[in-house]
Amino acid sequence: MNGRKIGEVILDLKNISLSFGGVKALTDISFDVREHEIRAIIGPNGAGKSSMLNVINGVYRPQQGDIILRGEHHANMDSYGAAKAGLARTFQNIALFKGMSVLDNIMTGRNLKMKANMLQQAIWFGAAQREELEHRAKVEEIIDFLEIQHIRKTPVGRLPYGLQKRVDLARALAMEPQILLLDEPMAGMNVEEKQDMCRFILDVNDQFGTTVVLIEHDMGVVMDISDRVVVLDYGKKIGDGTPDEVRANPDVISAYLGASH
Amino acid sequence: MSVSQSGRASGPLDTFPRLLLNHAATRGDRPATREKYLGIWQTWNWSQVAEEVRAMACGLAELGFKRGDNLALIGDNRPRLYWAMCAAQMLGGVPVPLYQDAVATEMAFVLTDGEIRFAIVEDQEQVDKMLEIKDQCPSLQHILYDDPRGMRHYTQTYLQGLDEVIAMGKVHDRNQPDFIVGEIANGRPEDVAVMLYTSGTTGKPKGVCQTHETFIAAAQSGVGFDHLTDQEDILSYLPMAWVGDHLFSYAQALVAGFTINCPESGDTVMTDLREIGPTYYFAPPRVFENLLTTVMIRMEDAGALKRNMFHYFMAVAKRCGSDILDGKSTVSSTDRLLYALGNLMIYGPLRNVLGMSRIRVAYTAGAAIGPDLFRFYRSIGVNLKQLYGATETCAAVCLQPDREIKFDSVGKPAPGVEVKIADNGEVLVRGKLLLKEYYKRPKDTAEAIDAEGWFHTGDAGFFDEDGHLKIIDRAKDVGKLSNGAIFAPNYIENKLKFFPHIKEAVCFGHDRDMVCAFINIDMGAVGNWAERRGLPYSGYTDLAGKKEVLDLVRECVEQVNAELSHDAMVAETQIHRFLVLHKELDPDDDELTRTRKVRRGFISEKYNVLIDALYSGKTSQFIETQVKFEDGRTGKVAADLAILEVKTYPTMKKAA
Repeated sequence: MNGRKIGEVILDLKNISLSFGGVKALTDISFDVREHEIRAIIGPNGAGKSSMLNVINGVYRPQQGDIILRGEHHANMDSYGAAKAGLARTFQNIALFKGMSVLDNIMTGRNLKMKANMLQQAIWFGAAQREELEHRAKVEEIIDFLEIQHIRKTPVGRLPYGLQKRVDLARALAMEPQILLLDEPMAGMNVEEKQDMCRFILDVNDQFGTTVVLIEHDMGVVMDISDRVVVLDYGKKIGDGTPDEVRANPDVISAYLGASH
Repeated sequence: MSVSQSGRASGPLDTFPRLLLNHAATRGDRPATREKYLGIWQTWNWSQVAEEVRAMACGLAELGFKRGDNLALIGDNRPRLYWAMCAAQMLGGVPVPLYQDAVATEMAFVLTDGEIRFAIVEDQEQVDKMLEIKDQCPSLQHILYDDPRGMRHYTQTYLQGLDEVIAMGKVHDRNQPDFIVGEIANGRPEDVAVMLYTSGTTGKPKGVCQTHETFIAAAQSGVGFDHLTDQEDILSYLPMAWVGDHLFSYAQALVAGFTINCPESGDTVMTDLREIGPTYYFAPPRVFENLLTTVMIRMEDAGALKRNMFHYFMAVAKRCGSDILDGKSTVSSTDRLLYALGNLMIYGPLRNVLGMSRIRVAYTAGAAIGPDLFRFYRSIGVNLKQLYGATETCAAVCLQPDREIKFDSVGKPAPGVEVKIADNGEVLVRGKLLLKEYYKRPKDTAEAIDAEGWFHTGDAGFFDEDGHLKIIDRAKDVGKLSNGAIFAPNYIENKLKFFPHIKEAVCFGHDRDMVCAFINIDMGAVGNWAERRGLPYSGYTDLAGKKEVLDLVRECVEQVNAELSHDAMVAETQIHRFLVLHKELDPDDDELTRTRKVRRGFISEKYNVLIDALYSGKTSQFIETQVKFEDGRTGKVAADLAILEVKTYPTMKKAA
């Protein structure tokens, strides 16, 4: 039924451990992400999901472990390097520029792809102008894709939460990433907004072949849209596999139903 | 080349395809259709449109579409859906536009009833609806989609992209260039041009068959009446299935050769309106009301200086604005000066914000428009007029002539239309613009058009001393209170709905001793009102149950009663008791028609408990209702509704 082909391992995380002082956020976690798949990270509050994502895109540096992206070792990944390498992300607490319009916010996602220097951009002449028009065309495609034409010129701060989340996704997409990291894309949304978001994530994955790694609390969503799921609890990996396998895993069940540890 | 020559050679311009070819030949470079896509307005001129339509027609023919076939069109106002209408007509087929927001089961009815073989739909969403009901519609053989997004994994052989069909048509046209010319030449003005389904206010929808001849006549009458030229710009944003849109965006555009502009999406209409600045505009009262509400809400948020200026100059406009627009000589020069100042500082910018700077003629129809609302637009210099018509009469029966505007009439009969009032008060219409028939319903056709050729509109009305028609209600809705007083529910409901806080109202009173009402508050206006007062609420049901809100509504109802008491005809029908419903009336729950008219019978059955409670003197009533969400799932809403008494006024004698 589905036309996209899940390919080779594109991102491999090996024995990642991360601690803040004495607090162990992640302990010896390994899992991989294959090309074109939707990979979910789930787990109870404080399980280390966001930390994991932060490790992947270089916000945190793990004390131990290795990140292998398309065969290259990135033990010391930083944010800039991650962006260069084709990783884009959205945030749990939306990190958009509230005073700027939706359009401008998404345009910032094109920043890395702009070649003109600061002076050229400041006077908006020649190459800078041509370049911006090209980027704008690309951004308009994303606006069309995510159906946010009606808020193009609206300052982000005035938008309802569900739409802000969509703009956040739009900005990440503007980077034309190979791997998209989504931190709770559906938190705080109503049923209809969640359905829309699911459809957009599936469309992105399907149309652009983008690999998606997402953190999500809504089990229905996770089980419906992801190809494989990794389960964390107290910074440890307790399950990994297809949604069905994970659902049947006794450790996962006890973590979620609150059995004694 | 052959397009223009064959177009001219085919004789009189008495079918829509011939009109199209004529425009391509005479004003080929003028813009015919615009659409905003990826943030930029794309333009197609008349020659390009003719090419596209021709290719589409050939493609359809290749798929087996032939004379007499019906083609369903489902989607928002997209250029290619409009073109598809003409493509079907080229082949002697009949386009049947459907309301795009209808749920699948409602569509199934029309598709079956209209014996649809071909459907052209906008996107994946509509394709999914078609697939859902395909088994119930045995006649449906081909589904074509305009937007290919998300369609990659659909493997059904009866699904095809419009792009491929057009490409196929181009090849076909190259190989047999005479084919389409012959088909167009075969078209006759008395052929059915379009089938529009009635909204179904009274039972199941009926397919109204209109011929090329009638629709062209109706369009010509309107074009002549308002002196429309090929320079007009119109924003096409109303449902394509509605007769009003078909008249303005299709028939009149093809008759006069002006430009139609399709908005980027349903949500961007306000912005698109500003960017296009149409010269000719059509909207139901609801749209004008929403625009005004938005303006008023934003005005309340503005600074004190701006707010005061606004209110001062709006008072000036109210005093003399419409008189100046009507060219009356009674306006004092002080007022003229003030109005000119206001025009510079308030009205001009306001018209610009509303996207109405260039408007020469704006029409409203479909429901009664509040006098205050109507006056507001006219007073700021927008030439807003009312018209009256029905699907069966190509929308235009009566129009308000320039400079003869009355707030409570719908104007004079259009050129070539005869109107008379039957003994029971029903409005009868005769003329060229009447429907040919209801599709496959000879009995209904015979009922609607009598032996002398009068069409029974089902509306009750009367002519005033100047020959203007006034519509008071649906003839069948006009009832009597148990004491014999005339009860026109719509009349009262409209008065209620003219308050910005009230969105819908349903009045009861036929065969009863008093009038009672259900009210729906307007979530936007009342929500804003509540926020201003620091009144917390969680949603519609909660807000509608607040005591403060109920008091607010009660004040509105009392004002209506005061107004009713001034007119001896309706003074008896003041509202005694009312309640505010716990959910918004919704077409998805069958409570409103797709054009948002109240379905009285259905509502009084569904909410029977509430009506009993109103008349039995209870002070509150519990109710639980099933609701349908947009995605087709259902849920329940329950609430304890308070029933309120309202002050009524003694009948006032009007000074002669």
